[in-house]
Amino acid sequence: MARMHRPPLALLLVAALAPSALAQDAPHAFVGARVLPISGPAIDDGVLLVHHGKIEAVGTRASVALPANAVVVDVKGKVLMPGLVDTHSHVGGGWGADESAPIQASVRMLDAIDCRDAGFQRAQAGGITTVNVMSGSGHLMGGQTLYLKNKDVRSIEEMCYRFADGAPMGGMKMANGTNSHRDPPFPGTRGKSAALVRESFVAAQEYERKLRAAGTDESKKPARDLAMEGLLEVLSGRRIVHHHTHRHDDILTVLRLAKEFNFRVVLHHVSEAWKVASEIAAAKIPCSLIEIDSPGGKLEAADFDSRSAAELEKRGAPELVAFHTDDWITDSRLFLRSAGLAVRAGLSRETALAGLTLNPARMFDLGDRVGSLERGKDADFLVLSGDPLSVYTTVEQTWAGGDKVFDHADAKDRLWAEGGWGAGLRRAGALCCLGDGEDR
Amino acid sequence: MKLFQALTFLVVAGVARAQDLAVRAERVHTVSGAVIENGVVLVRGGKIAAVGKAADVAVPAGLRVLTAKVAMPGLVDAHSVVGLAGYLNQPQDQDQKDPTAPIQPELRAIDAYNARERLVEWVRGFGVTTIHTGHAPTALISGQTLVAKTRGDSVDEAVIVPCAMIAATLGADSRDEGPGKSPGTAAKQLALLREAFLGAQDHQKKLAAAGSDASKKPDRDLRKEALIEVLEKRVPLLVTAQRHQDISSALRLAKEFGFRLVLDGASEAYVVLDELAAAGVPVIAHAPMARFAGELENASRSTPLKLRDARIPFAFQSGYEAYVPKTRVVLYEAAVAAASGLGFDGALRAITLDAARILGLEKRLGSLEVGKDGDLALYDGDPFEYTTHCIATVIEGVVVFEGGR
Repeated sequence: MARMHRPPLALLLVAALAPSALAQDAPHAFVGARVLPISGPAIDDGVLLVHHGKIEAVGTRASVALPANAVVVDVKGKVLMPGLVDTHSHVGGGWGADESAPIQASVRMLDAIDCRDAGFQRAQAGGITTVNVMSGSGHLMGGQTLYLKNKDVRSIEEMCYRFADGAPMGGMKMANGTNSHRDPPFPGTRGKSAALVRESFVAAQEYERKLRAAGTDESKKPARDLAMEGLLEVLSGRRIVHHHTHRHDDILTVLRLAKEFNFRVVLHHVSEAWKVASEIAAAKIPCSLIEIDSPGGKLEAADFDSRSAAELEKRGAPELVAFHTDDWITDSRLFLRSAGLAVRAGLSRETALAGLTLNPARMFDLGDRVGSLERGKDADFLVLSGDPLSVYTTVEQTWAGGDKVFDHADAKDRLWAEGGWGAGLRRAGALCCLGDGEDR
Repeated sequence: MKLFQALTFLVVAGVARAQDLAVRAERVHTVSGAVIENGVVLVRGGKIAAVGKAADVAVPAGLRVLTAKVAMPGLVDAHSVVGLAGYLNQPQDQDQKDPTAPIQPELRAIDAYNARERLVEWVRGFGVTTIHTGHAPTALISGQTLVAKTRGDSVDEAVIVPCAMIAATLGADSRDEGPGKSPGTAAKQLALLREAFLGAQDHQKKLAAAGSDASKKPDRDLRKEALIEVLEKRVPLLVTAQRHQDISSALRLAKEFGFRLVLDGASEAYVVLDELAAAGVPVIAHAPMARFAGELENASRSTPLKLRDARIPFAFQSGYEAYVPKTRVVLYEAAVAAASGLGFDGALRAITLDAARILGLEKRLGSLEVGKDGDLALYDGDPFEYTTHCIATVIEGVVVFEGGR
């Protein structure tokens, strides 16, 4: 990769004074906008106060006292809402499982993602501040997914949400239906697919039994097995299954397996959720829905219908509704549009907006950190030019963890939002990297 | 006089036919003229008979009246593959590309169009009344295109232009790389096209030399005959080219052989605006929501704005998709363009009158004017908003969709 000239010292100083750094040092008060906290009713002429990457206060102008040193940002006429949570994306250019086996619980997306992939910049332009990056659906079990804060970083570790023990947080990607049907050792039928998955979980249960039997006696413990450890994290509920599934019968198969092995699961895509909405609602299984522009394109999506979200809401289960981009299937820059299309098909505006923010955060055990504008949560928020569900609305700024990661007024950022000459670069440089004198 | 009017009224009311109806709307976008608040469009015998303020257009008693917030001309999708590329995306419903040869202009779209395809019905439900569809941008010359109304159970009931254009593609999407495969490079693509047109010219000359003497005529050749249609400017060559260098190659080829060129895709058009404007070539721009990857990696949402400012005629398309979603919806695409600087009116023109003009059908389609086809799209709000529904689609006075999609 070609090297470019080391930037002049003055430029480096400018980089050091980037707005993201300022946001950390002084409280920032965004004043005058219509604030959509999601966790509560809209606030007109509201205030959002952030400091050290966290939300300090949200409320009306009268109710929030501004610290003397606060940097006041006038956002009158704008709309503020939480940063979006994309439950299913393939940004980062990573591949998880390879073609050697249909079930690969040991494979980690952590080891596969390019944190400088321009896909993250495009997702920032679309307002996505939290993203679950996953393997594809060509495997029954494609590996461990990764929940990321969409910030400009030097290493993937800096983006990771963490479990309580500090390990990078994520779920387990699974799939059924035709995507994972291939030549052996891959399954060729739905029955075989379910059997292979059940065998894996049964093996993990046996592994766990041996571990328990050994107790503290190291000599009796079975040898470490990364795949078994991955599966055990699923069985213990630490790692949530993110299950690609489209057809009504495949959806019910997931419910059946989840019940048998008592794993936690979010259904993904769920094109035919509208056919089995009662069963999904009764089982209280969350759904991460995709909104595409026409049915078909593959057999499983032949009966896709945008009214799935509305059908779940009608059955008293609005909290089960979330959306995703499946980037590159749909464009991260237009993620708000997905909620708009669901409203078009009958979903309430409230559930649509929660489905982009708080609902998915809760589905991912991140509900105490992100998804709404509430005191103590991460300062992940968007400055929008207007109604989030209008095609005419622009994402003007995206803030993640108190850092401004996208600004439509900045020509470099706008390139990621709108495209243009040079937007085809697969990798993005960030401010942090200028000092290295590295080309992109 | 009054008696005459009364008699006319009675006669007309008495023979209200299947292709007669009236549309009342809070806003009527005529496209060719000003927006009419509280307007009425009267369709008689499938043609627009009157357009005006509700106060000025008398609706005969007994005529079916549709009511909407917004009425506008039926949408014209300037380039699609629906009807050939089916929604199942399985081998048995994919007729948009035959892989046996890189250049096959003789493949007629009318022999492949499935009027009952679900995606035809799908786009109709968004107000699309006319589609320019056919062989896909996946081969050097993949075949012919046609123009159809989104109605009917057979191609004969749907088609209005049986051979609209011949579809060619430059760049990666029509390359066939590997040992023994061709064309594998851009230069080879142009060499093959030039050879094909030279062959057609030769055939043309022999035909001319033979005159009316049948014995001297060369054997018939469907492939060459199709290319002669292009050389004699009866049918334009539709060239899909995304990269600027491929766009320039298309212009060079058109200049050498003197055919009518319609440029398609053109994701890097914004770096060759002067050349395009000088050549007077219309552009069927890529779908604004097409994936900005591969050949489209430098695509820009501001391209339509730049085409407009350079006075280059353009329209929007749903385009060709190899995977989910199998078709885009040109209404949705125009919506994103409207919001990306082009504005409501500019985006609306690009899926109505300007699209009709590129297809050579502006006298018949694309605006609400007396004498034009009674094709209308009705909405319950701003048609470009995500949350608005198409509530009815009318083709030549017949309601072909009603609901709330």
